[in-house]
Amino acid sequence: MTEAAAGAAPRADRATEPLLEVRDLVKHFPITKGVILNRSVGAVQAVDGISFEVRPGETLGIVGESGCGKSTTARLVMRLMAPTSGSIRFDGREIAGARGADLKELRRQMQMIFQDPYSSLNPRKTIGTIIGEPYAIHGLHPEPGRRKRAVQEIMDIVGLNPEHFNRYPHEFSGGQRQRIGVARALALRPKLIIADEPVSALDVSIQAQILNLLRDLQTEFGITLVFIAHDLSVVRHMCDRIAVMYLGKIVELASSEELYAHPRHPYTGALLSAVPVADPRLAAQKKRQILAGDVPSPTNPPPACRFHTRCPKAVAGHCDTDEPLLDPKDGGNLAACHYPLTDAEVAERVPTARVAG
Amino acid sequence: MPLLEIKDLRVHFATEDGLVKAVDGVSYEVERGQTLGIVGESGSGKSVSSLTVMGLTRAPNAHISGQILFDGQDLLMASDDELRRIRGNDIAMIFQDPLSSLHPFYKVGKQIAEAVRTHNHDVSKAQAWDRAVEMLGLVGIPEPRKRADAYPHEFSGGMRQRAMIAMALSNNPKLLIADEPTTALDVTVQAQILELIDRLQSEFDAAVVIITHDLGVVAETADDIAVMYAGRIVEKARADTIFHGPEHPYTWGLLGSIPRLDTARDEELVPIPGRPPSLINLPTGCSFHPRCPYVRDAHRRVEPELAPAGDDPSHRVACLLDHRTRQSVWADLRSGRTPEEARRLEVDRRDAGLDPAVARAEDGA
Repeated sequence: MTEAAAGAAPRADRATEPLLEVRDLVKHFPITKGVILNRSVGAVQAVDGISFEVRPGETLGIVGESGCGKSTTARLVMRLMAPTSGSIRFDGREIAGARGADLKELRRQMQMIFQDPYSSLNPRKTIGTIIGEPYAIHGLHPEPGRRKRAVQEIMDIVGLNPEHFNRYPHEFSGGQRQRIGVARALALRPKLIIADEPVSALDVSIQAQILNLLRDLQTEFGITLVFIAHDLSVVRHMCDRIAVMYLGKIVELASSEELYAHPRHPYTGALLSAVPVADPRLAAQKKRQILAGDVPSPTNPPPACRFHTRCPKAVAGHCDTDEPLLDPKDGGNLAACHYPLTDAEVAERVPTARVAG
Repeated sequence: MPLLEIKDLRVHFATEDGLVKAVDGVSYEVERGQTLGIVGESGSGKSVSSLTVMGLTRAPNAHISGQILFDGQDLLMASDDELRRIRGNDIAMIFQDPLSSLHPFYKVGKQIAEAVRTHNHDVSKAQAWDRAVEMLGLVGIPEPRKRADAYPHEFSGGMRQRAMIAMALSNNPKLLIADEPTTALDVTVQAQILELIDRLQSEFDAAVVIITHDLGVVAETADDIAVMYAGRIVEKARADTIFHGPEHPYTWGLLGSIPRLDTARDEELVPIPGRPPSLINLPTGCSFHPRCPYVRDAHRRVEPELAPAGDDPSHRVACLLDHRTRQSVWADLRSGRTPEEARRLEVDRRDAGLDPAVARAEDGA
């Protein structure tokens, strides 16, 4: 195995202070009615009381389907929006209420990589300016020539040709544009990078280039990574620990190995069962577990366990009245479920579980 | 006779920048009741080739040649009127983005009913509406009578894709072309849609062409798989062969690029170096040669033909390496060696003269 792979997987149980600690984070977007008498008639409960921590140097994955609140979580942690309630501690400091100069200083420490490399780069700026922008904002390397050298150094690190300094984003392919996004995030040497679906817009062969780049950079610069994606195989490849979200809640949190070898929450089981396996032999063995219906609206989520309306194991009178907490289950996974999956059920539904872990 | 037989299809577009060879000599056939998966990256020509089957690439600047035989009739020779009769009736298509393929002003039921009435003039409006409701029920939309009365924006992404499928199947097509049918959807919804296509196919005995970039999707649905690169099919075989005995370096590259749930987690991904070529200015010789780790000098001059790979007649590959070399390189890659190591081993074997056939081919070229 190569160095990059070994280095990118520091053991999660290292006794260190978490770099990021999120407690009971809530974000409700009010739905208002009326123009003059603007009153609130409800709320989209995008994120509803989630807690997790990220240790220095590790990669935490957040997976879930559209509307589960994973991107909102990223934007809350980045403080691109203010939480409704809850606490976010970064590097020992409470940042949930940070503003102004504090916030600016904070953003030197954490950066974000966006999903769409086409719309997240200003088409009228050269990529030298785009990657150098963080320096300009924070007044770093003001001497003439020094900033350009710093930018070119970073371009070289992420695998862009430093001579392309004066080119515009449209002159680059999707994969190269995502490298520009990575370079921009890396410019300030942040402690934390949040990558929101960084490869889902890219072709398969290019995806692998960017994933390898992220892993190499993480090893080289000791960056902590929060990796958000909907592709479960990509997340497994990249992450030490994984949080599975459903309708604004974390339903399961476990190490990569534990999660893929023995998912405990029925929703995680359904997700893993749904992932198409790139092997016709395994695919033929699999008993695909199909979830009925759609994700309910986050405006009016089901009471108690939010998954009970679609859960094959739900028990009336328990799952719909009594909210399960995120507790340790058999095998070490934390799962919010009264009736977690057994090993036998896992073996039947998730053929890849046997080889995973 | 295969239901659909495409022979040496070429679709070139004249543009200001030059001639774009979107599809450049593609041949394949699909039998009734069978699913063909076409895999490739953006710009490989996978969508253009199937849009051409539907007659949707006819444009003043398009130069189309070859043959598209559907049930014995050459669609390239068909008039626009004839095509219009076939399209949506005998051949139906599901597009990637269900929101932009449904008309926002009309109720979903009306749009499906219209598809029915366009091809069956003696069907009354009420009958067509009933057929729409029936189809919505068939694709698993709850309370179909009520939902037929809704507008597309009232549907979720998965429901819209179901509505599209309902519309596509409303006239019992013989051939269904699904262009990235699940790309815009979440995994659990994707599983629902794939299951649905599967079930409906066996019910209607339709032929299905499924176009996707996702190797997992074709592994689960396709009987045969064609891998496209730069406007051509570079490898075609039974699905199992593509995953367990592929012989084209591009297919190896694709398989090495995807993280998989069924291998060890810390397995390093091996990306394909470089990027797909411009379709205006294709590399000479084998168009994959600039990205191929196993390239030899002759490959830069000679164009490979899609030819039988070995003894299995259903396995065809367009690669200038010989069968035995390809097999041993794949065996090396499979045992965990990197392309670089596999290349060196291959060169060593060649130098040691273990592969006289190769040496001969090299001299002759």
